[in-house]
Amino acid sequence: MRILLIIVCILGALKPAWALEVSGYAGIESLGFIHDANYDNQHNHYLSGVIQPEIFHEWDDGRQNFAFVPFYRYSQHDSRRTHFDIRELSWLKAAETWELRVGIRKVFWGVAESQHLVDIVNQTDWVENIDGEDKLGQPMINLALIRDWGTLDLFVLPGFRERRFPGEEGRNRPPIPISMDHANFSKDGFERQMAYAMRWSASFNVWDIGLSHFYGTSRDPLILLEFDPATGKPRLIQRYDTINQTGLDVQMTEGNWLWKLEAIVRSGQRNTYFAGTGGFEYTFFGVFDTGLDLGLLAEYLYDSRGRTNRSLFAFEDDFLVALRFGFNDAQSTEILAGVLFDRNSSTKFYSIEASRRIAANWKLSVEARLFGQVANDDQAFFLKDDDHIRAELTFHF
Amino acid sequence: MKNLLLLALLALFAQPLLALSPEQQGRDIFVAIDKRENGFGDTRADVKMILKNRSGDESLRLLEIKTLEVQNDGDKSLTLFDSPRDIKGTALLSFTHALTPDDQWLYLPALKRVKRIASANKSGPFLGSEYAFEDLTSTEIEKYSYHYLRDEPLDGIDCFVVELTPRYEHSGYTRQITWVDKARYVVLKTEYYDRKNALLKTQTFSQYQQYLGQYWRPLDQLMVNHQNGKSTRLLSENFQFRTGLTERDFDQNALKRSR
Repeated sequence: MRILLIIVCILGALKPAWALEVSGYAGIESLGFIHDANYDNQHNHYLSGVIQPEIFHEWDDGRQNFAFVPFYRYSQHDSRRTHFDIRELSWLKAAETWELRVGIRKVFWGVAESQHLVDIVNQTDWVENIDGEDKLGQPMINLALIRDWGTLDLFVLPGFRERRFPGEEGRNRPPIPISMDHANFSKDGFERQMAYAMRWSASFNVWDIGLSHFYGTSRDPLILLEFDPATGKPRLIQRYDTINQTGLDVQMTEGNWLWKLEAIVRSGQRNTYFAGTGGFEYTFFGVFDTGLDLGLLAEYLYDSRGRTNRSLFAFEDDFLVALRFGFNDAQSTEILAGVLFDRNSSTKFYSIEASRRIAANWKLSVEARLFGQVANDDQAFFLKDDDHIRAELTFHF
Repeated sequence: MKNLLLLALLALFAQPLLALSPEQQGRDIFVAIDKRENGFGDTRADVKMILKNRSGDESLRLLEIKTLEVQNDGDKSLTLFDSPRDIKGTALLSFTHALTPDDQWLYLPALKRVKRIASANKSGPFLGSEYAFEDLTSTEIEKYSYHYLRDEPLDGIDCFVVELTPRYEHSGYTRQITWVDKARYVVLKTEYYDRKNALLKTQTFSQYQQYLGQYWRPLDQLMVNHQNGKSTRLLSENFQFRTGLTERDFDQNALKRSR
């Protein structure tokens, strides 16, 4: 928090010379669990508050900008979920054939909806939401070369960030909370802190293609069981390996169809493996002569590690089927409802996300995540009683 | 003999005029409009969208629109949403084409994600307004077939009345009837007929301003939906021409950095 204060003071001092644009949101969240907690110290209902202001300045006719986006969530229970992050603190310079982006930023790669295999630059903010779409800010130097043949992004990513997992009082966790103090790395010192990446992306006609490579400390850890040498008690620790990952993402857009493919090959984290997600989204525009758009989504998820994998949530042979309702009304009402099912077991994971603007600056979002018939040997087994409904009311300024 | 020659000459010149089909006449009017638009280069404008529902409640959207003229193809545009605040920073990049589907990318700032979106979405409402995507894209000659109907004054201004039939796929309209100001060659009114050929919407264009001594832009456009009783008013401010925008201001990198 002290860092935030200092930054705010610096920005305050700069303000006379700079016209800063301030926006952002603040909200309250209710997170309710349908079943009673399985483990001691857990709760059935959690209240929390969040704020994410955005301070932005653009000059040089939009060719340079500065952005500062701090984030803070306070949670009634589970101190690990109470967390502060700098989502963005960056400077950007755009020229005719290149862009330089320096500072803490967030980068997204990929096209699929069920999982984001190719997206690897930022650490996932797992305590924020288990959908994996919230990310921690990542320090980076990113040079983009912009040519006729596409954009080549080069990244130097200093500063590794460990994933945060729910603590004693949190839900969505194994019987013992994953330790935040005993992370284990394949490299030490400078090398542990570093990662490098590059991505080429281009659009040709109906095709949008990205080809990427990442080298450095993996963002998603393996979770290992070990015994505390002092007390002899079991504990779950995070293990981060130095990996090479090559990724491909392709989307073909034609008429009402979006065809999507993401594929990765990763080495350095146990055996080399391959994973992929492919599928489509077909949209019926303006059904029943209304403004309603109805989208049908289907994706197949594959992971060559199969059932031997020990990381959280491996989708080794799964299908996602979902419906997307876009009401296109003045309140921007949207619903995305889907079920992810494992082809080799009974495990099903249901998800419904809905949002609607309820007044000029207010928005209500509701998410329901239900774990159905989780198989005993499934890695998601510990989540079987963590069905929950999350409602968040946000004020946008 | 002399008279006969004159008659023949007259016939030679008069023939094309007399034989001008309503289709050709209608098309010629829009070619003339298009010609006057030629060479605008690029524009920037701030747009205020006022949505009004049946009971008169209003909601507001603020947009920043940049447009780049592309020779021999549809224009490129980048629309940045400033309000409602929950979608602030969302931006839409469009490469419009005459007959092949447009290319569109949507930038979602919360996820930092660029999504290529389906091009069949022509008739869908834009941001919950009474404007469909197809009402807001650039007008290319080849997009329609034309039929000149009649001359008729509109609010005391002499107009050509021309019927336009979309030639591109996925349009929500069977036809549009337009009133074109004979003196300035600008559209003053458009009636949109839905897929069942019933009158759906009327768009009126007013407060035309001329820029660079050539290009006319309406600062006020009102779209009234007769079937649901809603309306949307588009007010443009700070129109600027030839501001030095290039192709680079209309690529995915520019889309991601706009806020």
